[in-house]
Formats: sequence, C-alpha cells, structure tokens
Amino acid sequence: MEQLPKWADLVVVPLVGLILAFILSMLMVLATGHDPMEALSLMVSGALGSTYGWGYTLYYATNFIFTGLAVAVAFHASLFNIGGEGQAALGGLGVALVSLFIPWPHWSIALLAASVSAGLFGALWAFIPAYLQAKRGSHIVITTIMFNFIAASLLNYVLVNQLRPKGAMDPATAKFPVPTHLPSLGEILNGVGIPFAKGTPANVTLLVALLACVFVYILIWRTRFGYQLRAFGKSQPAAVYAGINPVKITVITMMISGALAGLMAINNVMGEAERLILGSVEGAGFIGIAVALMGRSHPIGILFSALLFGALYQGGAELGLWTSIPRELVIVIQALVILFTGALDNMVRSLVAKVLIRPKRAEA
Amino acid sequence: MDYLTVLQILDSALRLATPLLFACLAGLFSERAGIFDIGLEGKMLIAAFFSAATAYSTGSVWLGLLAGIAASLVLSGIHGLASITFRGNQLISGVAINFLASGLTVLIGLSWFKLGGQTPALRGGARFQSIDLPLADTLSGVPILGPLYSEVLSGHTFLVYVALLCVPLTWYVLFRTRFGLRLRAVGENPAAVDTAGISVVGLRYAAVAICGVLCGLAGAYLATGLGASFVKEMTAGRGYIALAALIFAKWRPWYALYATFLFGLLEAISNRYPSLDLGFITLPSQFMQALPYILTVVILAGIVGKATPPRAGGQPYVKER
Repeated sequence: MEQLPKWADLVVVPLVGLILAFILSMLMVLATGHDPMEALSLMVSGALGSTYGWGYTLYYATNFIFTGLAVAVAFHASLFNIGGEGQAALGGLGVALVSLFIPWPHWSIALLAASVSAGLFGALWAFIPAYLQAKRGSHIVITTIMFNFIAASLLNYVLVNQLRPKGAMDPATAKFPVPTHLPSLGEILNGVGIPFAKGTPANVTLLVALLACVFVYILIWRTRFGYQLRAFGKSQPAAVYAGINPVKITVITMMISGALAGLMAINNVMGEAERLILGSVEGAGFIGIAVALMGRSHPIGILFSALLFGALYQGGAELGLWTSIPRELVIVIQALVILFTGALDNMVRSLVAKVLIRPKRAEA
Repeated sequence: MDYLTVLQILDSALRLATPLLFACLAGLFSERAGIFDIGLEGKMLIAAFFSAATAYSTGSVWLGLLAGIAASLVLSGIHGLASITFRGNQLISGVAINFLASGLTVLIGLSWFKLGGQTPALRGGARFQSIDLPLADTLSGVPILGPLYSEVLSGHTFLVYVALLCVPLTWYVLFRTRFGLRLRAVGENPAAVDTAGISVVGLRYAAVAICGVLCGLAGAYLATGLGASFVKEMTAGRGYIALAALIFAKWRPWYALYATFLFGLLEAISNRYPSLDLGFITLPSQFMQALPYILTVVILAGIVGKATPPRAGGQPYVKER
C-alpha cells in the first residue's frame, strides 16, 4: 500500500472514519422514522449551544481524557488495556476512602490526596494483569476484561456490606464531607469574571486532566522510559535485543495506564456525585478506547476526541430528553467510530489513499 | 440439602449453561481458526433481540431463530471484514461489535415496540416449549437415576439438546474431518496452509460464519427458551463468561461442556443461595458472581494447568511480504 503523508494519516483518516460513522448513524435515525438533521442540530445546540451545555460536555470530556490517555499509553507499548472500566471503579474506591475517613482542611489538599489514592488504586488493579502478561504470558486483554467484572463484584460487595451508611437502601457511600467538595468550573470562571452556568458538573478536575495530557506527552516522547516503551511497542524482540527489560516495561506501562484510568474518579466521584455509587464509571473506561483510537494515541488528538465524545454524550442526553430518540444512539455512534477508526482503519486508509495518491500519479 | 434440591440446582445449571455452551463453542471455532472474538456478547445480544422481535411479530419461534442467526451472521460478517479482509485489530473489532449490538438493540427496540427497549412477552408458539424425553415418566420411579433422568435431563427446550449435541459434533468436525484439520492448522500456522494451496481467507471466513450461527443459537435461546422476551442488555456478560470458559476448556470441545456446566452450576447455586454458608465461612453473593472470572484468571496465570491458545490467534494473515 502507498504511504500516506503524515498529515493525512493523523487527521484525514480519523476524520473520514468519523464522518462515515456519522452518516451511518444518521441513516439509522432516518430508518427509525426521525429527522436526522433535526437530531443533529439538537445534539449540537444541546452540547455546545449554552454554557450550561458546555458544563456537561466538559465534564464528560474530562472523564474521557483520563480513560483515553490510559488506553493510549498502553497502545504505545502495543498493550491493549480494556480494563479502564475496572481501574476507574477502583480509583473511585480510592477517592471514597480518602474523602470519607480523613478530615481535610481544604479541598486543594483533599484533591491532591484523592488523586494519589485514585491513581494508586487504579495502578494496583492494573498490576496483576500486567504482571501475569509479563511473567506468565496470560493475554492481557482477557485478564483485564476479567478484572472489570471482578472489580464490579468487589465494589458491589464493599458498597453493600461495608461503606453503605446504616439505614440507607441504595448501594452507595455517605455524602463526602464539605471540605472535600471541589469547586465547579462555573464558580472558578465566575470568580475571574467570565459568565458560566452554575450547577453543571464540570469542575477543577478538568485542569488536572489537561496536566495529565502534558504529563503523557512528556512521558512518551521526552523521557528515556517513553523511548523504551515505544521501542517495545514497535518490536518486542528488537527492544529486548537492545537491552530493554520487557517485564519492567509491561508492568510500569500498565500501572501508569491504570493510574490514569483511576484518576478519572476524582472527576465523577469527588467532583460530581460527591459520594461513591455503584456503577459510577458508566462505560467511560470503554469510551477511552474510542477516544484513543480517534485521537491516534496522541494527547492533543485525545483532547479533541474526548471533547467530541463529551459533546456526543451531552447531545445524546438532550436527545433522550426532548425527542423519542434514545440516548443509546450515542452508543451506536461510538461503536461505529471504534469500527471505522480502529478495526476498519485499513479500509478507510485505502479509501483516502485512492483519493489522495491517484491524482498525483496522473499529474506525474 | 436433600436430593430433590440437588436435582433442581443441576436442572437449573443445565439451563443456564446452555447459552454459555453455544457461545463457548462459537468462540472455539473462531479462535481455533486464529480469529479472536470478544464480540460473542454482542452477537448473542443482537440475536436475542431479533429472535424475540421476529417470534413476537410472526408468532413462530422458528422464524425467530432464523432471524436471530441472520442478525448474528451480519455482525460476524463485519468482524470477518475487519479482521480477515482488512487485517484490522480483531480485539478492537470485537469491542465495536459489542457496542453496536448494545446500542442498536435499544434503538430499534424502542422504535418498533416502544416498551423502553424490551419486546413484548412471548407466548405459545413464539417460545420454545419444553420437551419430555421418552420414558421420562416411566423411569422416574427408578431410585436415584430415575429422577436424575426425568428431572435434570428431561423437560428442557429443544435448543438445550441441540447445544449438548453440538459438543460431539464440534469434536467430530474439528478432529475427524479434513475441514477441521485445516481449520485448526489455519489457527496455528496459516502460512503452511497457504503453501498447501488452501485458502486461508476462505477457511477463516467459514470459521467466523460458524461462530455467528452458534452465537445466534445462544442469543435465540436466551430470549425464546430461557426467557420469554428480549430485555435490554439481557446477555449480562455471558459472552465474556463464555470466553472465560473457552480458556478454562483450553480450546477443546468436551472441556467446553464441562467448563460451561461448571459456570452454569455456579450461577445456579448463587441464584438459589445468595450467600453461601460453608460452615466455617460465609461466601457473599458477590464472590460467587465473580468466581468464574477469578477462576479464569487463575487458569490464565498457569497456576492450575497451562492454557495455550492457538499460536496464530489474533494475527492477521499477510500472504506475501
């Protein structure tokens, strides 16, 4: 196959995949008897038409930045971490334990401690699959899937039998104490004089997510470890021949990946719900796969695709609210994005190549 | 715990094991041919929906079964296209298929039935009825073995027996036919198969198609045999348990039967005893739910016997470099 220019590979191919996914989903909307243009405009205005919409879009995007980065870091080492869901759930447990049982004087210190705890819990949950992959050759995809289910059961047990306050019916912890409540984006922006809707869940964690993007960029492209990680991802035998320890790379990469997924919990558990509920991750771990694929595993790409998926989620919620189109439409779009930018990438690439390279030949 | 309780649990275990067995054998065909398939869950789900929807609309469970298989085959086709023709990542394709099924079933279900993603309850000919095996009543008087026959083995729906028959059939096809030999070879060393002049692509598509049919049966059984309607996300992780059973079974048909029965048994026990009191320790229900997954991780870790997957699993075949 012809080599595509880099800009086409990084921007055009995922965009074409995205457009294909949207065309197919809109055909489905049409097939179920709705007006696709109306659905699309409602989604865009619901997600981006007001600061209220933006507040939700940015909240979802924050989740997806973390899980997208988690998947991307593993991708660079040719590891597929499908366990973001479980790692984020465990991260939630880490946040809850720190927030509930330690009296914090100020939210900033609580945030710091909760971040460390969330990352640690997520990293530990990724450690066992990573260790088994590195030492015993157990396929990491299968083990991380299994760990998602084990995490769900574990959280169910802890919430129902241990952390649920006496007399409460639903499997959830008590509300976190007030000093651990994070300032929302609305409060921060209003504080510096920018009008922004209050009462939206976007919060200061967004800044942590942006820092995480910078961290991942430096880690992957500007450190010795990142170089080893990428070398390992390109060719394991070559990396081992060059003296790179495969066990070390696999375990550390997966633990960083797990920590990033776990960090998501400071957004949804500490920032939004302010308590730990069952099933708090809501599939964000899996959306990370779509985000990483779409963003070509680069922090800038991930930032944009997380924003896109955040808008999709908020737009989908608005659709579910105002029309009879269910918000599950978003799951279909997400599936098609994964399909076209991930699994059928070669198909989209050859389509793009046909358009871009053929005319050039004709000129020459 | 008396004998009747044991029989009831075994009976329920067999019923719960059936969808797992279908899906596990589906995964067996696919993975033996070198195509990883984590989309079992999605294919079961879409088959469950279309079988229930068709059975409800036509009143015929058989048409429902066909529709379920057809829907599952469509997703298999997408998986084949992505992982065989376009040599994409098979795992990512599986993830996409699971989401596609999860979203589409609700989207279409709401548009057709307006019941919050469910289908209406299936009655009469729209469901599989239980079949009494010959002499079940006569033999029930025989001590110990009689009730085992009449209570546990007899009185299931058609698809349960089909699933059980699929086990020797799968064994025969894979290990006693030319097609089976080639299919296994294509999962171990596709280049050798190619050199022998046999189409790698053709064999892999055949395996993926068989996988689709079996997932279709699994899904149809869920909605029209085990249950009596389609419910949103009704597969509830069974596709992943089947995947776990496949590893547990070390990619062998008879072991697949034992593994899925074991997992069915675990589910039956946890349904009956939400928290299991073993005398010295009480196991919470959540532990029982997680047990299949924990056991699989233990097996994968090679602590109890090593599970070695087909060698070329997950790698797209490139004819010439």
